[in-house]
Amino acid sequence: MKQLRRITERFVQGILTLSGSITSLAILLIVIFLFKEGFGLFQNSEIEKGYVLCLHISNPVERIHSKQVKAIFDSEITNWQDLGGKNEEIKLFRFEEIFSIYPEEEMGEDYALLPQKLGEVIEQNPSIIAFLPERYLPAKNKSVKTLPTNNVDLLDFFGGKEWMPTSTPAPQFGTLPLILGTLWVSIFAILIALPLGLGVAIYMSELANERIRKWLKPTIELLAGIPSVVYGFFGLAMLVPLIQNTLHLQVGETALTGSLILAIMALPTIITIAEDAMRNTPQAMREASLALGATHWQTIYNVIIPYAASGITAAVVLGIGRAIGETMAVLMVTGNAAVMPHSLFEPVRTIPATIAAELGEAPMGGTHYQSLFLLGCILFIINMIINISAEMISKNQPSRGM
Amino acid sequence: MDKKAKQKIAFIAFRVLSLLVVGILFWILGFIIYNGIGVINWEFLTTAPEDGMTAGGIFPAIVGTCCLIVGSIISAFPIGLLSGIYISEYAGNGRIVKFIRIMTNNLGSIPSIVFGLFGMALFVNTFKFGDSIIAGSFTLGLLILPLIIRTTEEALKAIPFSYRTGSLALGASKLQTIVRMILPMAFPNIMTGLILAIGRVSGETAPILFTVAAYFLPKLPSGIFDQVMALPYHLYVIATSGTDIESSRPIAYGTALVLIIIILLINLLATVLRRYFGKKVKTN
Repeated sequence: MKQLRRITERFVQGILTLSGSITSLAILLIVIFLFKEGFGLFQNSEIEKGYVLCLHISNPVERIHSKQVKAIFDSEITNWQDLGGKNEEIKLFRFEEIFSIYPEEEMGEDYALLPQKLGEVIEQNPSIIAFLPERYLPAKNKSVKTLPTNNVDLLDFFGGKEWMPTSTPAPQFGTLPLILGTLWVSIFAILIALPLGLGVAIYMSELANERIRKWLKPTIELLAGIPSVVYGFFGLAMLVPLIQNTLHLQVGETALTGSLILAIMALPTIITIAEDAMRNTPQAMREASLALGATHWQTIYNVIIPYAASGITAAVVLGIGRAIGETMAVLMVTGNAAVMPHSLFEPVRTIPATIAAELGEAPMGGTHYQSLFLLGCILFIINMIINISAEMISKNQPSRGM
Repeated sequence: MDKKAKQKIAFIAFRVLSLLVVGILFWILGFIIYNGIGVINWEFLTTAPEDGMTAGGIFPAIVGTCCLIVGSIISAFPIGLLSGIYISEYAGNGRIVKFIRIMTNNLGSIPSIVFGLFGMALFVNTFKFGDSIIAGSFTLGLLILPLIIRTTEEALKAIPFSYRTGSLALGASKLQTIVRMILPMAFPNIMTGLILAIGRVSGETAPILFTVAAYFLPKLPSGIFDQVMALPYHLYVIATSGTDIESSRPIAYGTALVLIIIILLINLLATVLRRYFGKKVKTN
């Protein structure tokens, strides 16, 4: 009997130990799946899957960067000279155009003659750039040159200024506008939220009596409990028209609107952590300051705030983290234009909003899908950095018993 | 300026700021309650959307959110509870518990859209659940796991140490002490965590976007592999993608109000539970 009980105890302890590791396991799984999908992007070709770009053999151009490919097909680059070739106008040729040159009947059974016809087109136009499916590649034709396709480049991903993951033939995965948009909105949100949150934290920790605190605390918690989609809806229905009308803008969905909503959403984090840090100031230090003739305000300003400085900094860092990761509210009020942010009064787009808006349309396993997972990896890493730095900052906070 | 005057100005400023923050909360609540109160009636709560979501009610979304609440609590609460017990009672105070705590904190602060991505990659695509209640419940369960672990741990830590030694001294084993002594005493506080988790689940949108939420489903789910509509996603859809904003706006206000009411009730319940039972433990 006694032995049975001991075995049961051991067994239960084993189960408990296992469940203790559940969060570590979850994080491990998240890392594996996010990074596996995300980094697959760099194994994929820069131009659309299953397609190649062909030139005439006499063309001296050996390599075209995906940005340039896009510029060519957008008719922004029109001369081969810009790419280091001869002074000739670039002739664009998309695969579908073959059917306006040759009628479909001439293609033979199962389009067997299609590669040959494509080859002829390229042969006749020395200044051509042709965008063809790989399986119709006119490999036998000696005057056709296939451009080597490079994989998506890490530098292009982080440094590119264009986010157009669905553009053909060369999708652009430049995340710079998204990263800057996210930082832009979040940092401005904290600039609004910090004075407000600090003021409330000082009031709650130093001035308010017990009764007011008892009411204020649940109020702040309620502010934290409101779902982000409700904040987004409030922003959309109330702030967007308000900002549009008072500032006479063309659209009300701007970076400023997003910052305002994010500021409100980051308030509870900032207030709670900063207040905790200030309340931790030892009573003896306050009394010493007051005994030296300082007023209450001087004590707060010269003793309590410096004492709580690292706690307040941690509050700010975590507030930024909250703002960076926020999805729905930002998605609903910032207008979602994936361009480099120039001013607060224009639409911007953040990383989370991009994932939420585009993942539904991205075909599974494609480069677009992978690039969105890579954005998720960036968010995950930013979040880790913020957490670790907040942890390290609050370690500097002296503990109560000094 | 003399220091008394400075103090006066500073303190007035703090009072004004605090009032401002409370004012913002009431502005948001008031705005939604004022616009939504006229929309909510029995019919709105019990019928399906009609005419491209410009008429009818939100019944399928309410049912869907309830399914997700039940599903995520079932998948996260037991293991979260066990994990909390382990951290508080068994793990001691060494490196392991520090590591677990850091991991729990990290999991708790991961942006919700990342959970959505992960849920899609693992549950929807790898496990082939498809967009379903079970995929959404697991994703949301992962999201509330840290909350449940943390509240359980805190609830257990709040029980005075002498209770444990007393029980052990009477000959009870460690497991008996935990099951018969510590858990019943910590029960109200653990429930508070559970209630807060329900609040979190009912409001989250990003994790369910790609794991369960359906744009429009007139019929109710018949099993755990069905898609459902959900209140927060429904609010997002009708607030942003309708062509007929004039007639869909009232429904959006109504949906937002239902969400707000759920959150208010949950916060009220949690506060009451905390105050009532918080006192009881102390006076015992």
